[in-house]
Amino acid sequence: MTERVEGMLSPYRVLDLTDEKGIMCGKLMADMGADVIKIERPGGDAARSIGPFYRDEKDPEHSLFWWAMNTSKRGITLDIEKPVGRELFRKLVVKADFVIESYPVGYMASLGLGYQDLEKLNSGIIVVSITPFGQFGPYKDFKGSDLVEWAMGSGSYMRTMGDLDRPPIRIGHPQCYYHAGTEGVVGALVALYHRRSSGEGQQVDVSIQDCMNFLTAVDYDLNKTKRVRGLKYFNVEVKHIWQCKDGYVMWRWTGGPLARRHSLPLVNWMAAEEMASDWLRNLDWDNFSHYNTTQEIIDRIDGETLAFFKTKTKAQIMEGAVKFRIMLYALATAKDVYESPQLAARDFWQKVEHPEMNATFTYPGRWANNSLTPPCIFRRAPLVGEHNHEIYEQELGVSKAEYRRLKRAKVI
Amino acid sequence: MGKLPLEGIKVADFCWVWTGPTTTKVLADFGATVVKIESKARPETWRIQPPFKDNVPGFNRGGIFNTINTSKYSVNINTAKPKGKELAKRLIAWADIVTENYAGGSMKEMGFGYEVCKEINPDIIMMSSSMMGQTGPWSILPGYGDLLSAISGVNEISGWPDYPPAEIGYYTDYVAPRFNAMTLLAAIDYWRRTGKGQYLDIAQHQGGLQYVLPLILDYSINGRVAGRNGNRDESGSPHGVFRCKGEDRHIALTVFGEDEWAGFCKVAGDQPWTKDPRFATFASRKANEDELEALILAWTLGQDDEQLMHRLQAAGMAAGMLMSPQDFLESNEHIKARNFYKEIDHPEIGIIHVPRQPCVLSKTPCDVRRAPLMGEHTDYVLKEFLHMTDDEIAELVVEEVLY
Repeated sequence: MTERVEGMLSPYRVLDLTDEKGIMCGKLMADMGADVIKIERPGGDAARSIGPFYRDEKDPEHSLFWWAMNTSKRGITLDIEKPVGRELFRKLVVKADFVIESYPVGYMASLGLGYQDLEKLNSGIIVVSITPFGQFGPYKDFKGSDLVEWAMGSGSYMRTMGDLDRPPIRIGHPQCYYHAGTEGVVGALVALYHRRSSGEGQQVDVSIQDCMNFLTAVDYDLNKTKRVRGLKYFNVEVKHIWQCKDGYVMWRWTGGPLARRHSLPLVNWMAAEEMASDWLRNLDWDNFSHYNTTQEIIDRIDGETLAFFKTKTKAQIMEGAVKFRIMLYALATAKDVYESPQLAARDFWQKVEHPEMNATFTYPGRWANNSLTPPCIFRRAPLVGEHNHEIYEQELGVSKAEYRRLKRAKVI
Repeated sequence: MGKLPLEGIKVADFCWVWTGPTTTKVLADFGATVVKIESKARPETWRIQPPFKDNVPGFNRGGIFNTINTSKYSVNINTAKPKGKELAKRLIAWADIVTENYAGGSMKEMGFGYEVCKEINPDIIMMSSSMMGQTGPWSILPGYGDLLSAISGVNEISGWPDYPPAEIGYYTDYVAPRFNAMTLLAAIDYWRRTGKGQYLDIAQHQGGLQYVLPLILDYSINGRVAGRNGNRDESGSPHGVFRCKGEDRHIALTVFGEDEWAGFCKVAGDQPWTKDPRFATFASRKANEDELEALILAWTLGQDDEQLMHRLQAAGMAAGMLMSPQDFLESNEHIKARNFYKEIDHPEIGIIHVPRQPCVLSKTPCDVRRAPLMGEHTDYVLKEFLHMTDDEIAELVVEEVLY
C-alpha cells in the first residue's frame, strides 16, 4: 500500500453519502489528501453493481467503476434510516468538515439530517448536495439520468455533436455526474476558504443540469443565431476526423493569418516525405478561406491529405506532430492512452495494491503534477465495511458488545 | 451583496483563450481580485474572434470574451518590452497567485517561469494549465479542446457503431477548468495553513482522462477497448434521443427497469408496441432495439417535447427535452427560478446574459460582474495596487508599455 504522504487537504474529514451521481467528488478530495469516509448502506452501495467488472465477474468487490471512483477513501456501512444509525452519523458529523450527499431533495431533512440539523451539531460543517436539478426550482424533483442531463443542461451543445443525418449524441461514457462531482469540489473548497475567516459552514447546492451548461447560448444571446451539427462553411464541407493506417486522426486545414502556424507545418512534413504535390506546396494559405473556395479545391487538398495520413500509424502521427510542431493529434483508444509515452513521462500511472486479491493493478493517476503536493492514489477503494472496526470501535468508542448488536440489527 | 468568499486573494492572470480565463473566472466571480494582464500588441483570442455583437468586430464586442472574463480587472501591459516585463514582475510581487495557460514552456521563454516568479515572491502559487503539461515528449504540442478530446480517448468512444468517431466539439475545454480551479483552491488552503506556495503543472490531457477512468481500467486490467454505441446504454432500453414536433426539437428518453417501462407504456397509451411481447422484457427490448426505437420515433414525432417531458416525469421516469438557447435564455421556468443567467448592461454591446457559477453557496454565492473593457483598469491597478504616480504612468503610456 502506498505510504500516506501529505496531501493538500490532509487535515479535513469528509463523510461521503453519495451514489454514482456524486461519487467523483469524494474521490478527488481523497486523492488530494482528505480523509474521506464512504458511508455505504449495509451490504454495500448500489454503485458496486455498475460495470465494467474485473474479469467480467459481477461481484460487488469487482466493479471497476467502484474501484475508480473510491480511490483513497475509507469505507464503513451504516443505515441512516434507522434511529441508531442516525445517532452514529450525528456523532461522525461533529468531527467532520464536509458531508457530501446526492439524495433526492428533502430526503436528508426528512431524517432530521438536513443542513439546518447538521449545522446545530457543527456550525462549521459544509454540506455539498448533488442532485439532478438542484435544491430549488420547479424541476427540483425531476428524475435525471446521464442522457437526460445532457439534454436539459447541454441541449444546445448536443445539437453540435454527432452527424447531421442522425439525432444528437452524448459522449459514449456517462459524463454528467463527473462534471457535478468536480464542481462539487470547487464549491466545497470555496466554502472552506470562507469558513477559515468566518468560522461558518454552509450548504453547496450542485445541480447537475447547471454543471452541464457549457456556455453555448452565447451566439443566440448576441445575435439570435444557433449552432448545428456538421462542418459546413457556406458552400463547402470540410474534414476534421480522418482515417490513418490504424485508426483516426484529427486535423483541420486553416487559411488566413493563422495558416503559417497551423497549416504550413503539415505541408512541410508531407513535402519532406515527397507526398505533397507542387500544387499543394504552392497554395496561397495566407489568402485561403473556407468561406471563399470551392468544394473541388477542398476535395483536392483532402485527397492528398488522406493519402498521406493513410501511410501513418497513430504513433507515427504523434511523432511527426512533435517533430514538425503540427496541431495534429491521434484519436486515442484506451490502449493508445495506456501506451502513451507522454503519460509515462508524466508519472501518470500508479501501481495500486489490492492485498486481499494478492494483486497490484495499474491505475490512471494524477491530473496535476504539483511541485509539493500532487494528487495521489493513497489506497485502493474500500471493501464493504472495511473500516467499520477502525471508525466505530477505535474512534467513536463503540463497545464490542454494542458493535455486535449494531451488526445484528443491520445498522452497520 | 455581502462580502464575497474569496475576497482578499490576489491573482496576476496571464491566461488567454478558454481554459485559463474560465478557471480564473471562478476565482473572480467568488470575489478574488483577478488582474488580467493583456496587450493590444497581441490581443487575446476572444477579443478578436467571433461571435461579436451584431457581427461587428471590436476588442470589447466578443460574446465569449464577455462571458468568461467576468469580474476581472484588465490592465494593458506590453510584456514584449523590457519595461513591460518589469511592470508584470511588480504585479507578480503584488499577487498571491500567478496563472497562465500558454503552450508548455512558453511562459519561461517570456521570462516569467516559476523560478523567476518564486524569486520575486517566495511563497507564490503558480498555475500553468497546458494541454500536455510542462514536461514529457509531447509537452511542446500546441492544441485546442477538440484535439485534447481526441487524444484523451473521448472521440473514439462517441458516435455510432457504423460511423467513424463523432464530432464532439472542444469537449475537454469544459473539463479542464474544473480541475484547474479545484487544484488552485486546494493549493490556496494548503498555503494558508503552511505558508508554502508551489507550482501547479496541470495538464488538460490528464484531467480529461479522469472522466473515462473506468474505461482506462477496463483496458489496463481486462485488456478491453471500449467501442461506440450511439446513445444506447447497457442497462436501459429504450435509451436515446428522439425527434419531436417543431424545428430541431428532440427528447431524451431513458427507461431503466420494468417498472419504468410500465410507466412509459402507460404514458404512450394505446400504442400497439406497448403490448407487443417483443418489447415486454428488458432482454427482449435490447434484442429488438432497432425496431423499438423506430416505433417510438414514429410516436414522438408528432408530440411537443416539453409536454411529453412533463407527462413522463409525472409518471416517474427520467425524460428531458433538448433545451435550446431560447429555452435557456427566454422561456424555461426552471432556469429562471434558479437565476442561472445574470443580465449585464455592457457599455458597448448593451444587454447580455451571463451564466453564474454552477454551484450555489447558500451563504456566500458568487457575484458575476461585467467583463472589463480592453485596458479598462490600467490606471486603477497601477495606482491602487502598485502605488504608481500619474507621472510614472504617463511616461509608460508614451513609451507604449501600457498598450
